[in-house]
Amino acid sequence: MAEPHQVPVLVIGGGPAGMAAARAARRGGRRVVLVEASDDLGGQYWRHLPAERPAAREDLLHHGWHWFRRMRDDLLRDPGCDVVLGGHVWSVDRRDGRPPLVHVLVGAPDGAGRLPRAYEPTALVLATGAHERTLPFPGWDLPGVFTAGAAQALAKGERIAVGRRVLVAGSGPFLLPVASSLVRTGALVAGVLEAAGPGQLARGWGSRPWRLLAAQAKAGELAGYVRDLAAYRIPYRTAAAVVAAHGTDRVEAVTVARLTPDWRPVPGSERRIVVDAVCAGHGFVPRTELAIAAGCALRADGSVRVDDGQRSSVPGVLIAGELTGIGGVDLAVAEGLVAGSVAAGRTPPPAAVRGRAVFREFAARLAAAHAIRPGWQSWVDDRTVVCRCEDVTAGELRSVAALTGSRGLRSLKLTTRAALGLCQGRTCGRSMEEILGPAGLLDAGRTAHRPLAIPLRLGELAASTVVGEDVR
Amino acid sequence: MPPPDGPFRPADDPIRPAPAGTVRIEVAGEPVQGVAGQTIAGILLAGGRLAWRRSRTGRPRGVFCGIGVCFDCLVVVNGLRDVRACQRRAADGDRVEFQEDDRG
Repeated sequence: MAEPHQVPVLVIGGGPAGMAAARAARRGGRRVVLVEASDDLGGQYWRHLPAERPAAREDLLHHGWHWFRRMRDDLLRDPGCDVVLGGHVWSVDRRDGRPPLVHVLVGAPDGAGRLPRAYEPTALVLATGAHERTLPFPGWDLPGVFTAGAAQALAKGERIAVGRRVLVAGSGPFLLPVASSLVRTGALVAGVLEAAGPGQLARGWGSRPWRLLAAQAKAGELAGYVRDLAAYRIPYRTAAAVVAAHGTDRVEAVTVARLTPDWRPVPGSERRIVVDAVCAGHGFVPRTELAIAAGCALRADGSVRVDDGQRSSVPGVLIAGELTGIGGVDLAVAEGLVAGSVAAGRTPPPAAVRGRAVFREFAARLAAAHAIRPGWQSWVDDRTVVCRCEDVTAGELRSVAALTGSRGLRSLKLTTRAALGLCQGRTCGRSMEEILGPAGLLDAGRTAHRPLAIPLRLGELAASTVVGEDVR
Repeated sequence: MPPPDGPFRPADDPIRPAPAGTVRIEVAGEPVQGVAGQTIAGILLAGGRLAWRRSRTGRPRGVFCGIGVCFDCLVVVNGLRDVRACQRRAADGDRVEFQEDDRG
């Protein structure tokens, strides 16, 4: 076993929450190691062109870009902060009453011969963020159907538009920046479809709207995207969804439909639209595998439970950002500042504590206004693939549910192979839980248990358990 | 604002990226040129390729999530299987092949 590095504060994740946590812990005087899987800081939110291709006006695609650059440069220049880029955490070993040992492989994504490192932190901050959730629909596995996040990542990180004529659909405010990025990358956006209807949106946003004033920065960001919709004449419809994608080897058209308040397609409202790409996203799911592996208690909705100091149920393990519930960048930064301060044994900055309260309120509204409604399952016919890795259809899942009654996830996986593929249920897990939920088969969050956080090569697994002077 | 039905030329790009170098790789035996710093998925998409893998039952797969979560976009790089094309930046001389043997 490689000798573990002792480190006062270890932060996992170099997005907004992790960067803020690292800064706050440094201000508190502690030495920090910040581990980030990609080759730059910023996370998905501040994803940008690589160093080989600097852009003069990167700020046009980002909110808070200059603030990000300042924070990033501070961290990279700070000799007390060791930023480990290309650091892939693959496992954590629980220890009673203190933070776990953290095992990292450093090198290219999915590369061979990455260098193993182990850390023994006094305080561990997990800021692993979230990934997108896309509800399945017939044809959603055709090439040309992307998550909204993929469109965003390719636009920001590569200046590639996923199509020429693109439909953006799903739920939540994230669809708006995606449409903005697409038009600034040369695509024509045929429309933005929000599944939530006017009633659902008003209930979320309309009750106590004065509280929104406190979250002005966020409201201002959204207003900018709404201006883009008008400037580029992008139709925006609520209570509408893509209910099927058509094509043989790629998307050629989609069927869109009006939805009831419960998200059931209204019969007779279907319309066919010619597009060459669809970007679909229905909110985000916290990436909880490391928190779960560390033993942190979850809430019923699958997010990680924390106290006022961002402490999890495991001593010395703090949580910041989307892991505690989807809330966006401002909440992530506020939580990061609190977590980093507490990790350094300091009192959190009062402004961060106040900001956190305001942005949590905002997040609660988002959750209510755009929450997934169960009617989506009625557009999923039995032939629709749910698990993309193993091609398990909704029909197979439903018949297993009908035949076997209430049984565990393990037997379900072995019967259908669902969630046994390389993505380990990240893509389909929540949808599977909802399809099987009424049969009592799966509770929320059950598919998020993953013993290995990332797929490993066997050689690396062997090497990482061997003592080696060169790897320290 | 670029013409919506024309190609997106660097000159139209509002964020004004600096002129970038090139990266030369081999895709299924053919020489392919990309922009320095691009991922393998980026080079494939920019070349008009949307799918390069088949699922277990033979359905075409390419990029879906774009952030390394879904594992749809796997390729073989320099003989090593199961590399996420959306996560791996292309390096000069990389040999990229398509993995066709995922079918069960």
